[in-house]
Amino acid sequence: MAKFDLKINNQSYQVDVAPETPLLWVLREHAGLTGTKFGCGIGQCGVCTVHLNGTAMRSCSLPVSAVGTKAVTTIEGLSEKGDHPVQQAWLQHDVPQCGYCQAGQIMTAAALLAQNPTPSDEEINTAMNGNLCRCGTYTRIHAAVKTASSLG
Amino acid sequence: MTFVKTSYNRRSFLKVSTAAGGGILLGFSWLSSCTSEPAQAPGLTMPENWYDINGFLKIGENGVVTIMSPNPEIGQNVKTSMPMIVAEELDVDWEHVVVEQAGLDTENFTRQLAGGSQSIRQGWNSLRTAGATARYLLLAAAAQQWGVPVEELATEAGVIHHEKSGQSIGYGEVASAAAGMEVPSEVPLKDPSAFKIIGSSRKNVDAQKIVTGQPLFGLDVQREGMRIAMVAHPPAFNLELESFDAADALAMPGIEQVFAIDTAPEGVEQQWSDVNAFPKAVAIVGRSTWEVMQARKALKVTWKPTGQAESTGQHTAALAKLMEKPTALPQRKDGDPDKAFEGAAKIVERSYRAPFLAHNTMEPMNFFAHVQQDKAELEGPIQTPEFLRTTVAAVLGMEPAQVSIMMTRMGGGFGRRLYGQFATQAALISQQAGVPVKLVYTREDDMTQGTYRPGYLVTYRAALDESGNLIAVQVKGAGIHGSPVFANRFPAGAVDHYKAEDYSLDSNISTGAWRAPRSNFMAYAEQSFLDEVAEAAGKDPIDFRLSLFERAATDPVGENNDYDAERYAGVLKLVKEKSGWGKPAPGLHRGVSAYYCHNSYVAQVVDVEIKGGQPKVKKVWCAVDCGIVVNPDAARNQIEGGIVDGIGHAMYSALTFADGRPEQQNFDRYRLIRHAEAPEEIETFFVDNGIDPTGLGEPSLPPIQSALANALYQATGKRLYSQPFMSEAEVLG
Repeated sequence: MAKFDLKINNQSYQVDVAPETPLLWVLREHAGLTGTKFGCGIGQCGVCTVHLNGTAMRSCSLPVSAVGTKAVTTIEGLSEKGDHPVQQAWLQHDVPQCGYCQAGQIMTAAALLAQNPTPSDEEINTAMNGNLCRCGTYTRIHAAVKTASSLG
Repeated sequence: MTFVKTSYNRRSFLKVSTAAGGGILLGFSWLSSCTSEPAQAPGLTMPENWYDINGFLKIGENGVVTIMSPNPEIGQNVKTSMPMIVAEELDVDWEHVVVEQAGLDTENFTRQLAGGSQSIRQGWNSLRTAGATARYLLLAAAAQQWGVPVEELATEAGVIHHEKSGQSIGYGEVASAAAGMEVPSEVPLKDPSAFKIIGSSRKNVDAQKIVTGQPLFGLDVQREGMRIAMVAHPPAFNLELESFDAADALAMPGIEQVFAIDTAPEGVEQQWSDVNAFPKAVAIVGRSTWEVMQARKALKVTWKPTGQAESTGQHTAALAKLMEKPTALPQRKDGDPDKAFEGAAKIVERSYRAPFLAHNTMEPMNFFAHVQQDKAELEGPIQTPEFLRTTVAAVLGMEPAQVSIMMTRMGGGFGRRLYGQFATQAALISQQAGVPVKLVYTREDDMTQGTYRPGYLVTYRAALDESGNLIAVQVKGAGIHGSPVFANRFPAGAVDHYKAEDYSLDSNISTGAWRAPRSNFMAYAEQSFLDEVAEAAGKDPIDFRLSLFERAATDPVGENNDYDAERYAGVLKLVKEKSGWGKPAPGLHRGVSAYYCHNSYVAQVVDVEIKGGQPKVKKVWCAVDCGIVVNPDAARNQIEGGIVDGIGHAMYSALTFADGRPEQQNFDRYRLIRHAEAPEEIETFFVDNGIDPTGLGEPSLPPIQSALANALYQATGKRLYSQPFMSEAEVLG
């Protein structure tokens, strides 16, 4: 066990966990932020996607000891009022079916648009390809990323 | 306007104390429900008092209405569409409605189950009646207050009007009195042409919570004193628990208890929903998920063989061998098929096969349970809460009334959560550990525990006469734990000579319903085959099918044909028109398919392009006849999802076995469709016929696989007889 000082959604947290504990479980069970989901545990499905200094990362495969002083942003902290352009676009297109993967989809899309505000279809395909949606909402996700691009 | 009989027992409304002023406050059934914020109108002011009008709804003094969503939400959007139906008949402004997920409540609700695409179809009358009855009670209260006949009153968007006297009053103002009124023996229902909410698109009531990451799912449940539990189940289907040594696991940080559980103890009757290959498992209880995961790796378990270690190669060979045996079970016979084949000008015979599939809901199995001396409280993702309660009560040694079950929003179902053994495990673990627990499965636990879509093999034979007319069809199928054949489905009824027969192969691998069970395979085989027969007959594939529907509609062969041939032909004609059937644009290849299942009709045309040896679906046109569409945009979402799901599994997915073990245990080896592989465009057209609604969550999945296979044939000249398509040849074209 070791103590870690984390900056999550602009708030300070101190957790006492084994250093190899993935950030995902620290967020869900120590910081009480359950918006970041568990899907596969091996970085293959993307439901656990968070931002580390603005870059999309798989929190299931990132030991808490590797976070250091980097700023962690989760779905709960993406916007203050839930009105980030990507969130607005998701609502506009009524994207979710079961909804479980959508936090990860939104975090990946938000990181893409922060880096590339007007991505092409190919660039959206490449960026979003690591996020599985078992309900098959990909066509809506794709349209919503384009809408968010125009809103941003 | 039609009248329906109400079947309410007044007692079910009156299990509450009468408040001062005669109104009725909060029935106890509300106590088990999960309160939600007003999803449709975040700025809505909540009332101070709620008046329980009936089990489906309560009205506040300010006119805000809470409507219960009775059925489990697995992503099929019933949490929005079922309350929409109640709101329609109640005649309220949807912006003044708050939706709450009901817990299991068999006094107020029937068939609280997510399965078979039946929530809307089977809930249609009771939801409408609930809204209409509540509306009538509000009218009766206003009539009494004003001293006028109830027949003279009208409603509009939550306000009661009396035209003669010019008086108006809001629902909230008479809610207290309405709660005490006598329930009528029958109530009028709206004419569908007067629907305002049904048929207009309303956003998912949970969407804001989903996009902001609020806790909604079973895995998000957190309770005071709650521990995390995991189980170790046998790694192969021919093994069972012999013994275990927990010393190393117990020595690890955060680990509290390790013990064996048995979800099928002697004397407890197993229901269909308890299907599982591994009743005996080892439970590990500790303070956090990560710590329990690590401890499980340190747990030493000895498994003992109980039967044969099966493999996919054996399954394939065994199914093929079975199909050679003369022991097929006859399911249907029309005319004299054997003679018809003898006299045929041309015979086409093809076999189709498909592998096992895992459900792979994105949210792995989990359940919360807090079992105490005299009661058990369960909460989590379950498609069959009523069945679960029966089993949990039995294994805990309690009465069903002592077990409460709250349904959380589910991170996918697809049939997996029809089988609630994981929830039974949670209850047993909580009982034995003496603490509230949340049981958590990893992806590997989920993918290796069974209840899969089984592997199938089917052979179709068709006989054509000299003019290319279809004169006979034979279908013979085999599957693991049951045949996939539907004897009374198309083309039964459309050919003079027809025979259906089947076989079942036993296995120690457990199987279960997987989105559109059996149809998810048979549609692929049937519609791929008919495409090939049409070609052999020298006919256009749509015209060929239409001529068969024409026969089935005007002069049906045999009895008990499952489908309505005119509705079937209707979707095919619609998709033909919308897609501009004929030659596709240069570089594109086109396929068609149509299928009937879950009481609904779907026809699809697909345009596919081959680029660098990889197929890309450019566009899907989809025509659907599911009767009245409650929530059109959400319905389109379901259709789109089924299409992507069907394409994905047909193209890429398979679960294979070696030495009794699944060879794919996570998404590194189990292939699911990804973003870039989804169709670029899906356009959906609903038939507007005013018929009561039928299934929607499943019917778009089965036919798309053959529409794609038929399009890929146009692209490559090769028919696809085995799924997944991309394992046959990684490069196409």
